[in-house]
Amino acid sequence: MSITQSDVCVVIPVYNEAAVVGDVVRELRQTYPLVVCVDDGSGDGSSQAVLDAGALLVRHPINLGQGAALRTGIEYAMTLPQVRWFVTFDADGQHDIVAIEPMVELLRTAQAQIVFGSRFLDRRSEIGGAKRAVLRAAIWYTRSSTGLALTDTHNGMRVFDREVAEALDLQMNGMAHASEVLSIVARRKFRYAELPVHIRYTTYSKSKGQPLINGVNILFDLLLK
Amino acid sequence: MLIQVFLIAATLGLVVVLLQRRGTARTRAWKRLIMVALAGAAVVSILYPDLTTRVANFVGVGRGTDLLLYLLVAVFLYVVVGFYLKFRDVERQLTVLARRLAIDEATQRQLGIRVAAAPRASADD
Repeated sequence: MSITQSDVCVVIPVYNEAAVVGDVVRELRQTYPLVVCVDDGSGDGSSQAVLDAGALLVRHPINLGQGAALRTGIEYAMTLPQVRWFVTFDADGQHDIVAIEPMVELLRTAQAQIVFGSRFLDRRSEIGGAKRAVLRAAIWYTRSSTGLALTDTHNGMRVFDREVAEALDLQMNGMAHASEVLSIVARRKFRYAELPVHIRYTTYSKSKGQPLINGVNILFDLLLK
Repeated sequence: MLIQVFLIAATLGLVVVLLQRRGTARTRAWKRLIMVALAGAAVVSILYPDLTTRVANFVGVGRGTDLLLYLLVAVFLYVVVGFYLKFRDVERQLTVLARRLAIDEATQRQLGIRVAAAPRASADD
C-alpha cells in the first residue's frame, strides 16, 4: 500500500479474544498503522496479545460490555489529533480488511459521514436460516423505528467521521448499541451509506458470536431505555 | 370491585414511574410521606386487627390478610423497579468512571509514563 492511512483509526472491542486478536491486529496494521483495542476486562491475556501486535491498548478495569468498549475506543481515538476517519471492527477475525478501503473512500469523497457494512448487499456471506430470520426481524424493527433504509442493521463494521464519532455517545453498554448507533444517525440526520462486507463465519467466530436468544435481551434493553 | 381499581391503578403507576422519573426532590418527598402513612397504618392495624378485614371487605376482598398480600405484591413491584432504575444509574456512572481510568492509563502509556498496574479483572463472569 503506497498511500499512508495514518488518518484512519481502527477501533476493536476485545473481550477474551487472546487466541485471535493478535493476528487480526497484525493484518490490519499492514495497511492501517493506527489500531486501538479496548480490552473490556478480559481475563485471558488479550491485553498482552494486543500490545505485542503493536496496537494501542485501552483497558477497562472491569467488564462493561461491547457498547461501552466501543464508546471508550472512539473517545480515545478522538484524542489522537491526526485521526479523521474511525473504523469499528470485530476482534474475532470475521471481518474482511479489504472492505475498509472503499468505505473510507466514500468518506474521503464526502459522499457520506458514516458507512455501514452489510452482509446482505451481496450473497457472499453464508448465514444460517435461524440467524438470517432474527437479523431480518432486527432490520424490520430498525427500519420502522428509525426510517433508515439499511439492509443489515447489526453489522460490527462501520466507518465514520469525527462529527459522527462525537455524536455516538452510546449509553447502552451491552449489545443494544447497534440499534442505538442507528437511532443517533437517524436523529442527527447524518448522511449514511452502505457497502457489502464479507463475513467469514469460522468455527471460532461462531463459538464467540451472539447466541440468537440474546436478541430477546437486546429488545428489552431498547424498550426499557 | 374497588380492589381491582386500586391494583390496576398501582400497575399503571408502575408504568408511569418507568416512563418518566424526573424531579428527584419532589418524588423523594412523596416517598417519605407515603412511608410515614404506611407506618401509621401499620400501627393502627396492629392495635385494631379487625380493621384490616373491615377495610378489605369495603374494597371487595374477603379477608384482611388477602388484602395485605395484594398490597405487598404491588409494593414489591415498585421496590423492584426502583432498584432496577437506581442500579442502571449506578452502572452508567461506573461506566463513565471506568472509561476515564482506561483512557487516562492508555494516554499515560502512550506518553511513556509508567503507571501502577490496574487490578486484574475477575474472570468469573
